Amino acid sequence: MDYEIIVVGGGHAGCEAALSSARMNHKTLLVTGNINNIADMPCNPSIGGSAKGIVVREIDALGGEMGVNADKSLIQIKMLNSAKGPAVQALRAQADKVTYPKEMLNTLQNTNNLEIKEAIVEDLIVEENKVKGIILENGEKIKSQAVILTTGTYLKADIMVGDTRRREGPHGEKPSNYLSDNLKKYGLKIIRLKTGTPQRIDKNTIDYSQTKEEKGDNKLLSFSFDRKPTYKIEEQIPCHLVYTTEETHKIIRDNLNKSSMYGGLDDITGVGPRYCPSIEDKVVRFADKERHQLFLEPESILDENEDYKDTIYIQGFSTSMPYDVQEKMVHSIKGLENAKILKYAYAIEYDAVYPTQMKLSLENKILENLFTAGQINGTSGYEEAAGQGLIAGINASLKIEGKEPLILKRNEAYIGVLIDDLVTKGIRDPYRLLTSRAEYRLILRSDNADLRLREYGYNVGLIDKERYNNFLNKKEKIKEVIALLKNTRITPKKEINDYLIDNNSTSIKDGISLYNLLKRTELNMENIKHFIDLDYEESILEQVEIEIKYEGYIKKAIKDAEKMIKLENKKIPKDIDYQKVKNIASEAKQKLEEVRPESLGQALRISGVNPSDISILAVYLKREYPNESK
Amino acid sequence: MEDTICAISTASGVGAISIIRVSGNESIKIVNKIFKGKDLEKVESHTINYGKIVENNKIIDEVLVSIMKAPKTFTMEDVVEINCHGGIAITNKILEILLMNGCRLAEPGEFTKRAFLNGRIDRIEAESVMDLINSKTEQSRKMAINGLNGEVSKIIKNLKNKELKILSNIEVNIDYPEYDDIEVLTNEKILPDLESLKEEMKDIIKKSYDGKLIKDGITTSIIGKPNVGKSSLLNMLLEEEKAIVTDIEGTTRDIVEGQVIIDGIILNILDTAGIRETNNTVEKIGVEKSIELIDKSDLLIFVLNNNEKITKEEIDLLNKIKNKNYIIVINKCDLENKLDIDNLKLDNIIKMSVLNNEGLSKLKLKIKEIYNLEKIQTSDLTYLNNAKDIALLKESLKNIESAISNINNNIPIDMVEIDIKNACEKLNEILGESYNDNLLNEMFANFCLGK
Repeated sequence: MDYEIIVVGGGHAGCEAALSSARMNHKTLLVTGNINNIADMPCNPSIGGSAKGIVVREIDALGGEMGVNADKSLIQIKMLNSAKGPAVQALRAQADKVTYPKEMLNTLQNTNNLEIKEAIVEDLIVEENKVKGIILENGEKIKSQAVILTTGTYLKADIMVGDTRRREGPHGEKPSNYLSDNLKKYGLKIIRLKTGTPQRIDKNTIDYSQTKEEKGDNKLLSFSFDRKPTYKIEEQIPCHLVYTTEETHKIIRDNLNKSSMYGGLDDITGVGPRYCPSIEDKVVRFADKERHQLFLEPESILDENEDYKDTIYIQGFSTSMPYDVQEKMVHSIKGLENAKILKYAYAIEYDAVYPTQMKLSLENKILENLFTAGQINGTSGYEEAAGQGLIAGINASLKIEGKEPLILKRNEAYIGVLIDDLVTKGIRDPYRLLTSRAEYRLILRSDNADLRLREYGYNVGLIDKERYNNFLNKKEKIKEVIALLKNTRITPKKEINDYLIDNNSTSIKDGISLYNLLKRTELNMENIKHFIDLDYEESILEQVEIEIKYEGYIKKAIKDAEKMIKLENKKIPKDIDYQKVKNIASEAKQKLEEVRPESLGQALRISGVNPSDISILAVYLKREYPNESK
Repeated sequence: MEDTICAISTASGVGAISIIRVSGNESIKIVNKIFKGKDLEKVESHTINYGKIVENNKIIDEVLVSIMKAPKTFTMEDVVEINCHGGIAITNKILEILLMNGCRLAEPGEFTKRAFLNGRIDRIEAESVMDLINSKTEQSRKMAINGLNGEVSKIIKNLKNKELKILSNIEVNIDYPEYDDIEVLTNEKILPDLESLKEEMKDIIKKSYDGKLIKDGITTSIIGKPNVGKSSLLNMLLEEEKAIVTDIEGTTRDIVEGQVIIDGIILNILDTAGIRETNNTVEKIGVEKSIELIDKSDLLIFVLNNNEKITKEEIDLLNKIKNKNYIIVINKCDLENKLDIDNLKLDNIIKMSVLNNEGLSKLKLKIKEIYNLEKIQTSDLTYLNNAKDIALLKESLKNIESAISNINNNIPIDMVEIDIKNACEKLNEILGESYNDNLLNEMFANFCLGK
């Protein structure tokens, strides 16, 4: 055995997979096509965002790297939805495209048990449906106990601009041409997906007077629970907001036939994402919309990398129009009339593995010891990739340790929602996490990711004793403050009522605990501090405030989740023969056969399986497996 | 499933014979204990045996007992059916004896449920229950589950779509926080939608409730202190003598004592403990029992004695029925008037003398007045007509009301969304679009007792 675990691909999924496996003390090899592209950000220069920002916090809570690395390389950071409730708030940072990969590579190179190798992987060593290693382009075989594929968009990657198509990766690298065919050979279903990225323009050619400045938050923020922010608030780099114009839309409509997605290429089979559609899509689909907003985001503030020097990413403008049309499009925007395009927008088409072929552990159902994570599973986004990479690394490690996999439930983590959706529902187009996909979002908050997951991180060995103790300490202090507020009462004295009325609240007639006072929607922790000295970290007070203020709703959400868990705990035996279950609709039978859900709860989430089918299945299990299903 | 269960299988009321069905491992043994005739444990399966049911050597009834041994029975368990002489008194008595000898009273639909769980798919296919399981289309399946007709499900779907629209607006705002061109859904914008939804739901609940009354009848209780003439009044209404129930716990669950139809208005008169006066059982009608009845009933007939002063307990109870439909019957008007209730400001007072058969027509007239057809305009039965669905709709409404009050309290919209989601989930349950762990139980519970 050469290695215990081999990770193929050095993107965001691959980095997390390799780091977690190595940190769990398994001899790990990371194979990448180009070491300089490790942790590259080929698309937008940001980490986080709605739902995704919470994933980054979860990764950090579990002991992954993305949060720390984003903190090290951010040039601007914001809390989104800060005017809304805590359940939907999420961090989003502009990350420097030079610093981010550099920091990550540095971390990888300084991790014990981890080696990096430049090579293209074209096949797997497979014996009796068990994966035992990889085969490189030159025929070299490397053995391992488990393989994690995190190949991103590099399986048969085709870059398309207008009517041209070239087989190469985002930076013109060589893709893997045979690996997906070989996976097909082993019985895996391969699908073709497509995604796109917008133009990069020269920052010195923008008329900023025509744009609206978008600054970072006026408060120090960080993804990581353990690291204090090191940037300076006033040194954050702003982004700029511009809008498409009537002219932009006319150019697009007039040239639709030249876009690779609208007829420029006849042989496009890939399905593009619904949630970050190309500008062509947006103009066609939302024909009545007068304008679409675009963000001008700096890719790097450093001059170190030619690719990212002075480049501004036009978020929201991805397209596959030919170069000349792109020129016109960009110049039709106020503020960009004279903008110089440094890199044209392109679409990329690639092979992916249909995700229902995985178990919830991310291990393949057909090929044992094979794990997949990231875009190869049909997702889009750095954060979605990293979250899966981390889980794949953990579960490949647990597998070779002979332990049960770590499966995060839908009420425990967005990562759990993501994986469950992929495995249970499959995909049609690249999957992006959305807040609305999480039914228990009130529990899955940005602020409590550590409270939800750190225990798991510690148990698998990714969180060290010191970090764990800090966490326990935080938990203890939260309890302490809650008890303190419960036991501290104020009485209807004049100065107290004056203060309350001054702060838009109402006076009290009887004594009231600070705990109950904080429940008043018009009051917050700052008001409570008027009555009591609270010398605690802000994260602790924040947690206390949320827990007290939204107690009623949080309880409702927990109750809801418990219903789900009950069904989740009703396991379906692995050997079940759905053909023997009479009276289930045939469509449902087929879906159940395809997904082979692990529990009744999971079965219920399969589209095409109806509640009545589950009732019948429940009765069948009760009869056929009286000891297993309770 | 070890219990042996029993229940009366024939419709309650007066018939030539009643059948009590017993199912379970012990069924033959238990029936044999109370049976005088052949040794039932030794007879062939699928035979009918003549004999007597006895208790303490006293003959209760002459019966025919069918012995059907597993597995070729309805439930695939040992089944005994006792054919006894009809009448509530005797049938209940035999049921009581069975219960005392080790049977448990069957839950509604429990026989069918056992049949199903024991794999009697074939037989069950013939049963209407299994329309559900076998429905070829999702639509017919849902209708079978809920007894929903197309009109009703349209109404519920319409409500659900309105809730979904509000939800999706909220979610878009959460998912694309930076896009200012997506309409920012402020609380002020949602509130009017929620308010109108609330009114609509209230209206449907009201109509459904009325529709249910017409279809299923008005649950009516006669209450009052002992010896005030409740059972005489009941008997007068039923125009026959029958007011016996047993004392075994569980047998008196909501058993309808009698059904009276007054010009098409069905009154289901509940078996009230207060009617037990004729039995030897010591009468202990308490305020508690009466309160329970008040909650259960749509209509309360409160009987007072013209010949006695009103008691404090009666005044308490009268206060409790004021917001329900009630009729005050002042009985014994043939005797001296000692009752004074003028200061209680009660409506719907009828003076009667049950003994002299006086006043019944006035009572019937009053009932018609309260439940006249003009009042219940929505006699088209397209509305929800089972209590479970109405309850779900009410819960959905409760969630919408909570959303409204929380928005008014400045709770963030993503929290309030939970209320709206819950409201939606309740409608899904009505439509059969959400899996409910209890579905199976509820499904069978829709069947009558003893089936």
